[in-house]
Amino acid sequence: MAPAMSDIMTPDAAELARVAPGHGKAAAESVSPERDLFVGLTRLGDNTLILGHRVSEWCGHSPILEEDIALANMALDLIGQTQLWLGLAGQVEGAGRDADALAFRRDAWDFRNLLLVERPNGDFGHTLMRQFLFDAWHQPMLAALQGSSDARIAEIAAKAAKEVAYHVERSADLVIRLGDGTEDSHQRMQAALEALWPYTGEMFLGDPTDARLAEAGVMPAPEGLRAPWEASVTAVLAEATLVRPASAFAHKGGKQGRHTEHMGHLLTSMQWLQRSYPGAKW
Amino acid sequence: MSNEWPLWEVFIRGQHGLNHRHVGSLHAPDAELAIRHARDVYTRRNEGVSIWVVPSAQITASAPGDKGPLFEPSNAKVYRHPTFYDIPDEVGHM
Repeated sequence: MAPAMSDIMTPDAAELARVAPGHGKAAAESVSPERDLFVGLTRLGDNTLILGHRVSEWCGHSPILEEDIALANMALDLIGQTQLWLGLAGQVEGAGRDADALAFRRDAWDFRNLLLVERPNGDFGHTLMRQFLFDAWHQPMLAALQGSSDARIAEIAAKAAKEVAYHVERSADLVIRLGDGTEDSHQRMQAALEALWPYTGEMFLGDPTDARLAEAGVMPAPEGLRAPWEASVTAVLAEATLVRPASAFAHKGGKQGRHTEHMGHLLTSMQWLQRSYPGAKW
Repeated sequence: MSNEWPLWEVFIRGQHGLNHRHVGSLHAPDAELAIRHARDVYTRRNEGVSIWVVPSAQITASAPGDKGPLFEPSNAKVYRHPTFYDIPDEVGHM
């Protein structure tokens, strides 16, 4: 039966959100190294989860069979990395939540992914541009994480780095081919670049949690990743004959759980099964 | 769409140092992307250590209609199989 209008229009939405499991805990909880580590790990795992899900939306819809399989492979790489990051996050949290619980039973405000990765796919070129802008950050991030003072993090990063080396090679190559391709493909890539550019700045904005994690040598300070990212992005955009947008404006908030309107829609489809049939296994 | 891209034949060498074996074909705009597509399409389950791609158009094949003259004459030449030698006992198992 469809919900009655009064259910949808409930005036207590804010109150419901406040008492929802997990919500509001972060603010109430005191700062601790374990809490920081949990937050840092969910940021990593949520990035790969949400981007992996977005990329998987292409499955069966790509412009050509070979690209369909390539995208599905990459989505699976990202989901695999998610299992490791969120698995470790659950372990660190010690509240009995495993990677599945963290992926499928949290609501939007408890996700800490960058806004960039929740952006809708757009056309094929748009998806690849988003992928490249992320990969160019992901690679130096994983390189730095391999030197983490936490051996578990260094180990996961070493495994993921091999996959991501291929991701960035592929996405950079396709951005160049499409940017420096036909007039139509060039225009689409330039449009994608301009649409996504304001979502790239968040990758390099640190908050107090980042600062403490960096201080402890657990994760790199986000600010330090800008130089390698700039180097790789500048080179690829030049070869792709694309014009780098001048604006330095950056949307932010994803890392702190403030998401765009697209996040709820994404979670609705990603979490549907576990929400409808909690604990379902197959 | 896909029919604008040429067809490539894919050969993969497996884990055990065997010869490259033909595994199938795919479409790609050039050799570099053909290798990449081959990696994504044919080595997902850790099948290979080396990939060759060849433009399908570059392969010259024997005509199926020539099967008779090409292959049947060897049917009657059993002496080409090394099965007519007496192997001395001292040699043991070969």
